[in-house]
Formats: sequence, C-alpha cells, structure tokens
Amino acid sequence: MAEAKGTLGPRRAEALAGTLLALPAFILMWLMLLGPAVAVGLLSLTDWNFGEPQIRFAGLENYAEMWGDRVFWISLRNTVIYVGVSVPATVLLGLLAAIAIESVGPLKGFYRAAYFLPVASTLLAMALVWEFMFHPSVGFVNQVFRALGLPTADWLQNPDTALFALAAIGVWQNLGLAMVLFMAGLKAIPPDLYEALAMDGADGAWERFRRVTWPMLGPALVFVVAITAIRSFQVFDTVQVLTEGGPSKSTEVLLFTMVQQGFTFLRSAYGAAITMVFLLLTLAITLAQTVLLDRRAHYG
Amino acid sequence: MARRAFTHLVLMLGAAVMLAPFVIMLSISLKPPGEVFAPQFALLPTQWHAVENYTAAFTKVPLARFLLNGFFVTLCIFAAQALTALPMAYALAKLRWRGRETAFALVVLALLIPPQVPAIPLYIGLWQLGLLNTYAAIILPSTISVFGIFLMRQFFRTVPDDLIAAARMDGLSEWAIVWRIMLPTAAPAIAAFACLSFIWNWNEFFWPLIAVQEEHLMTPPLGIAFFSNAEAGTSFGPLMAAATVVTAPLALAFLLAQRAFISGVTMTGVK
Repeated sequence: MAEAKGTLGPRRAEALAGTLLALPAFILMWLMLLGPAVAVGLLSLTDWNFGEPQIRFAGLENYAEMWGDRVFWISLRNTVIYVGVSVPATVLLGLLAAIAIESVGPLKGFYRAAYFLPVASTLLAMALVWEFMFHPSVGFVNQVFRALGLPTADWLQNPDTALFALAAIGVWQNLGLAMVLFMAGLKAIPPDLYEALAMDGADGAWERFRRVTWPMLGPALVFVVAITAIRSFQVFDTVQVLTEGGPSKSTEVLLFTMVQQGFTFLRSAYGAAITMVFLLLTLAITLAQTVLLDRRAHYG
Repeated sequence: MARRAFTHLVLMLGAAVMLAPFVIMLSISLKPPGEVFAPQFALLPTQWHAVENYTAAFTKVPLARFLLNGFFVTLCIFAAQALTALPMAYALAKLRWRGRETAFALVVLALLIPPQVPAIPLYIGLWQLGLLNTYAAIILPSTISVFGIFLMRQFFRTVPDDLIAAARMDGLSEWAIVWRIMLPTAAPAIAAFACLSFIWNWNEFFWPLIAVQEEHLMTPPLGIAFFSNAEAGTSFGPLMAAATVVTAPLALAFLLAQRAFISGVTMTGVK
C-alpha cells in the first residue's frame, strides 16, 4: 500500500514527483528559450551596444531607425522573395514526388532515399558543392545549360540571379522533407474513397487526384506550407558561406542582417529589434496555419 | 504500362538532380587540380588523386578534431536533452500536479520560437559567465529540446496506466518508472528523437558560428566553412574531400536507419 510506505498521501506524493520530474527541463526551458526570448523583446527597447557599461531605455527608437534603414527593407524584401520562390517550388515538387513515388511499385525505397538524402546531409558542406556547381566556366549547371542551349550565367555573382540560385539550393534541400510529410498524408487517405470513385466510373489519375487526393490532403498541405515557410524564413547558412549578402546586397536576408548588426557590428539592441521582426513573421505563419486548419475543421 | 514507364523516367531524372551534388562532390574529391577545371566533366579521374586530396583535407585543417568535436557536442546535447525531456514528458503525460497545464502550454509556446531568436541574450549571458569560446557555449543553449518533450509526451500518453500502476505496486519510484518502464516502451519514439537531434546538432551552423572562434572548438560545418574561407576557392579537391568526410556520418546513418529518420521527421508533423 502506498500510504504505508511514506508519510505523504499518494495524491501528494504524485504531485511532488510530477513537479520534481518536470523541474529540470522547466528551468532549462526558461533559461535557454523563454527567458532569452523575453529578453530580446526588452533589449530591443534599449540603446545598448555590446560591452557598453550603460544601458538606457530608448522606447521604439530602434524600430524607428529600422523603418528608415534602407538595408533592413532590402533584407526584408529579399527574404520575402526567397520564401515566395522556394516555398511554392518545394511544396509543388514535394507533392508531385510523393504522388509519383507512391504510385510506382518497384524502386520506391530507392526514390524515397534519393529525394530525402539532402535533408539528412550537412547543408554547409553541400553548399560548397553547389558553389562549385554554379562555377561560371566549369560548373555543372552551366555545362548542362549550355548543352541544352539555355542561357548561362555566373549565378552566385550576378545580383539578378544570386537570390534565385540560393533559393534553388533551398528547394533542393527541403524537397525531401515536404515529400515525406506528403507521403504520410497520402497514407492517411482511406482506400475506400478511391474504390468508391472507381465504382462511380471515374478512374483516371487526374480524377482521382482532383476528387479524392487533393481535398483529403488539405490539412497536410497547410502544414507542409507552414513548415517549409518557417524553414525558408530561417535561410542563413548558404548566404553566410556563399554570398555574404552580396553581390550589392542582392542576397541580404533577415537573419544575415541580424547577425551582422548584433554580432559583427555589436549593435545588440538593434539586432534584437530585427530579431523581433523575424519572430513576429514566424508567428504570423503559425497563426495563419492555425486559422486555416480551424476553418477546415469547422466545415469538414 | 506506358504511363508507369513515364513516371519512372521522370522520377529517375529527378533522382539524378537530387543526387548530382553528392556524385560531383565524390568525383571532385578524387581528382587532381588540373582535371577539376577541365572543360568537360568526367565522372572518374584519369589520374587518381584521392590519397592526396583526403590527406590534404586532414592536414591543412584539423578535420579529425572537427569530427571529434561534432560527435562530442551532439552526444552531450542529446544526453542532456533526453535526461531532462523524458522525466518532464512523463510528468506531463501521466502524473497529476498543480501547474501541469501551464507547463504544457509553455512547452507548446516555446515550440513556436525559432532557435535563432534567443541568440543575442544567450551570447550576452555566456559572455558574462566567461563561457564564450568553450564547448559549454556550443552545448548549453541546445540542452533543452521542447520538441523532444512534446514528442515524448504524446507517446507516453499512449502507454497504458495499468503498466505504471503495476510498477508502483512493485515498489518502483517515479524516477525509476521513467527509465525502466517508459523508456523501453517508447523505443521507436526515442530513436526518432535521437535521429532528429543528431541531424539538427551535427548540421547546426548558426549558433556555433556565433559562440566560438577558435579552430580547436569548431564543429564540422564551422570547420569546413573555415577551410573554404582559407582556401578561397583554389583547392576544390581537398575541399570536396573534406565535404565528403563531414557529410558521410550523417548520410551513412541515414542510409542505415532510414525508417527512424523518416518517421522522426514525419513526427514533427504529428499533432
């Protein structure tokens, strides 16, 4: 009997155990995540530069400065373009790959592994390979484009193409992630829906997609778009190692600007303000996702 | 029949594009400088230069050290994450205590915060503690995984209460129940959690870049970026050899444990 073992009643013993077991993680969560996230918000309201002895409350000065900062707007615009290009491409290609791979019998495992491998590889190392592939004269991309009669360029050094070259790397890296999430979504579709459709006499691939797959995949689609968008907003590694925001700021993106301001120029408070913008954009995506899924749930 | 052949054709082309960077990386890592810049790409070198390139990769920079750092850091991080996340997940899933709902709401809230957001305050805090440029600086911010807590909590909820009641009857403490009852039943979820933690922390570049400057502390991604900077696009052979070595542990682990990797990634979508 539980009561016989200690002086505490079983209810209180359970409550104590629960609190104690949760405590280490709870403290760490505040120290490493929630506390610093609150601190970023507070820091963004000061004028503090790293290492200064004095800290002063500055209200919204950093945000006002940001409003007038040309580089910030370029950075925000580039980030939005990057997300706007890479998310639709990743989601569409991921969906096509998932449907195609599910429909072929043999080699399924091979295809899945091949498309997923970039997700499980070190992006930084692979970015250097891509740098070589985008090399203007001996790069694989230009060699293939030349053979196909397509225009060639110095992709990473041309301000008109650099951001899109980085987006292409992003699509290559995240496509497999979208694919496996869609595959999980496809598996959740009850097979009798397809059978019912076949009994109606509509058995074409397009009909199957339009009348069953697409409507049933709705929640998975919203989720994949949201997760891909959040990941794309975090683009940093390729920019840092391949272009450093250039040429002429054409690949300057939010996190890169944040690191430049916060850590290179040691403007902690201004960097914190940029971080807040980044955080709010990410939260906006999650909010949109929740609203969309809720609405679906109500109608469905 | 024709349609299936067409699907295979398209998928093969797609697979070729997806795998091309890996093939090129391996191919260049075997070639001497003269052949790297040959106008026509050839898969295999005419003159093998593998030994020279891989030797250069390990001697021009302390690549072995980077790898050891990578294993050390990822291992410490996962140990800390599992040690804190599992007990909390159990407490959230199976025990009744005041503040449980609030604690869980905070976990969900923390899930929404991108990992780059706490960077500036963490940097300031570690600087005040004199911990910048140490292993601790790389490890500490990742010691908590709210994703891990969430994932394990969802899994623990499916464990039958009878199992836990029986363990209590046998005189097991709550702490022992976490490790001797819950842990074994949750093996697939732990495997997925471990795989994800390994992928994330082996590949992490953003935070180590900020936290350490010294060569002997660099993790593999940081080390290879450092190598690339130092060589400034001149010696692609050794650089691709280093890229191969850095990518290999994760790629091999993935090929061996595909199921755990993919289910882990899919679970990020489990509600």
